[in-house]
Amino acid sequence: MLKIDNLHATIADKPILKGLDLSVNAGEIHAIMGPNGAGKSTLGYVLGGRAGYEVTEGAVTFDGKDLLDMGADERAAAGLFLGFQYPVEIPGVSNVQFLRTALNAQRRARGDEEMSAGDFLRLSRAQADALGMSMDMMKRPVNVGFSGGEKKRNEMVQMGILDPKLAILDETDSGLDIDALRVVGDGINRIMRKPDKAVLLITHYQRLLEIVEPDFVHVLAAGRIVRSGGAELALELEREGYGAIAA
Amino acid sequence: MSDVRNREAHDAAEKAATYEWGFTSDIEQEFAPKGLSEDTVRFISGKKNEPEWMLDWRLKAYRKWLEMRAPDWAKMQVPPIDYQDAYYYAAPKKKIELASLDELDPEIRRTYEKLGIPIEEQKVLAGVAGARKVAVDAVFDSVSVATTFREELKKAGVIFLSISEAIREYPEMIRKWLGKVVPMHDNYFATLNSAVFSDGTFVYIPEGVRCPMELSTYFRINAANTGQFERTLIVADRGSYVSYLEGCTAPMRDENQLHAAVVELVALDDAEIKYSTVQNWYPGDSEGKGGIYNFVTKRALCQGRNSKVSWTQVETGSAITWKYPSCVLAGEGSVGEFYSVALTNNRQQADTGTKMIHLGKNSRSTIVSKGISAGRSDNTYRGLVRVGPTAENVRNFTQCDSLLLGDQCGAHTVPYIEVRNPTAQIEHEATTSKISEDQLFYAMSRGLSQEDAVALIVNGFAREVLKQLPMEFAVEAQKLLGISLEGSVG
Ligand SMILES: Nc1ncnc2c1ncn2[C@@H]1O[C@H](COP(=O)(O)OP(=O)(O)OP(=O)(O)O)[C@@H](O)[C@H]1O
Ligand SMILES: [Mg+2]
Repeated sequence: MLKIDNLHATIADKPILKGLDLSVNAGEIHAIMGPNGAGKSTLGYVLGGRAGYEVTEGAVTFDGKDLLDMGADERAAAGLFLGFQYPVEIPGVSNVQFLRTALNAQRRARGDEEMSAGDFLRLSRAQADALGMSMDMMKRPVNVGFSGGEKKRNEMVQMGILDPKLAILDETDSGLDIDALRVVGDGINRIMRKPDKAVLLITHYQRLLEIVEPDFVHVLAAGRIVRSGGAELALELEREGYGAIAA
Repeated sequence: MSDVRNREAHDAAEKAATYEWGFTSDIEQEFAPKGLSEDTVRFISGKKNEPEWMLDWRLKAYRKWLEMRAPDWAKMQVPPIDYQDAYYYAAPKKKIELASLDELDPEIRRTYEKLGIPIEEQKVLAGVAGARKVAVDAVFDSVSVATTFREELKKAGVIFLSISEAIREYPEMIRKWLGKVVPMHDNYFATLNSAVFSDGTFVYIPEGVRCPMELSTYFRINAANTGQFERTLIVADRGSYVSYLEGCTAPMRDENQLHAAVVELVALDDAEIKYSTVQNWYPGDSEGKGGIYNFVTKRALCQGRNSKVSWTQVETGSAITWKYPSCVLAGEGSVGEFYSVALTNNRQQADTGTKMIHLGKNSRSTIVSKGISAGRSDNTYRGLVRVGPTAENVRNFTQCDSLLLGDQCGAHTVPYIEVRNPTAQIEHEATTSKISEDQLFYAMSRGLSQEDAVALIVNGFAREVLKQLPMEFAVEAQKLLGISLEGSVG
């Protein structure tokens, strides 16, 4: 589904990703771990198509198409979802309005019919319920005044409504209390653990991986994948830290 | 009458058959001679069969105007205007009185469509059963060519007429109120308007009447080099209520066009007037060529106890806007509100705001201004809050927010506060922010195109103001903000 080949990327001419390879097939969940500043969020932004993140070398395909050739909105329409480490506030725009605009923009781009207001309301209610978010919050401006944990939960509600093929979730677990971690973890499994979907789960902690069990774990350090393994690699990292690997 | 109408319809159909798609409709104009003189003033007055007193009033204004000088353009660059190089009167050649807008010249109808008049309004124009009742007084160039719903309004005792008709039919009322709120010599452009105003609207809501529908007027400028001098007067008698919508668009033009309207509102005891404007006149091209000069004087007199006037405006058009809808809060407990979104792009210049003049005890005012600047435009909020010495317990709240798109545009906030009574409570808040890269990427990563993302963020920024608009206007205004910013980012 996603094939990253020798990816090099810079921010303001500063090399951050330095030859990253990664292959993700449908039905798989990949965890990406690694020290602060290694380039994990950068990878998410590059895949998401953020302006200012320049790819200097390498290739990325998504479902066989050249991902790097697409705009951020086209990538979303193609089924890519980026869960933000720091979700952004948009004052004056309600969650519901934001998501309905987004969903219908994606549908139009795919040549599908727009979803009616009634259907959308049912869908958003179901997704909000499943993640323990009230409709009151759905009507509030996007992320404005939300607590850190609420913002992360909101990212998952968005994912549930947009129903992507590939989700890149950047530290969705940080800032969540113990119960919320369970709710969010269950949400990821419910929405994304399907044979035709895949997840890149960026995290620092084993706790989330106990709920969302990864098929593969990769260590990203200094802009490259330096080690890959199964779920047991996360346990090893938790015990021994990155010192030995990243050095 | 119906013969005349048949002939008109026939003529219109013939014209439509040969109509070439373009932004200028070729309806015949009857021009006043070019230039401005006493003769021009007499011509206009004569065309309208005005009584002697009206002509005298106009001439007095004209002579006054000759002695005045154009204002000093703070913050703005206004090219010199040659007042002799314009026409001061243009009207469709034959006066057509239509029973309904259905019979409106198809060419005008299509121009309206091209200009994107909202569907709901079009349904009303088309007379679709169940369509929302919005009385439409369509001003095509300078003369009202169609008026609907007159009967129903009449039943309620509401007077809703073109000002020329009102001058003939209700001379006492016009003499009593015209120039009462905006005196003839108020400012350069108001004085010019007083001399040469060609048409506009008069509304009177009788005591205790809630106007049974929203009143709406579409102003449009069509003829090349024709300045528009609308004159609007709304009087809300004791305990009455009216919501008046004014929407404006103009076709593509190269020549700069002067627009100097005067709007006067009067609210007596316990009366309320809600005046909403969406202004989308041609702003000029991306290099600033062409575009409308919009120099408007809008003022309300809250004369009665607990009277209330609420101005809401969405200003996206015009090359130059100079406009301060104001409230003179004379009545005890009177309330003035000003909600404004002013958007400038490319080379547009806007200097807009309000004046809240507190004279009455316990009078209150609220000002919410949202300025959006893009391209190389300049956007200034200029607002005055004045509290007179005998006005006890006045309260004012002002919120001024500016949003910048790009780094070549300007946003300025110029508040003037003059308080002569120590019991007043005045609050002023101001913010300036840039549309953030984070917000843009966040929205785009959810599937919105860059233009839709900008439109969404800008609409969110302006929400407090947009929600003050009547429903059908709010939808249109939202679209307008997006359209006006196309190509401004990225
Ligand atoms: N706009 C920028 N300009 C310069 N350097 C930047 C910019 N954005 C990120 N970086 C640098 O890129 C590197 C990678 O950052 P990134 O956010 O991808 O790290 P990360 O692996 O997600 O870290 P964390 O675990 O702390 O979230 C860091 O050294 C960071 O300082
Ligand atoms: Mg990060």
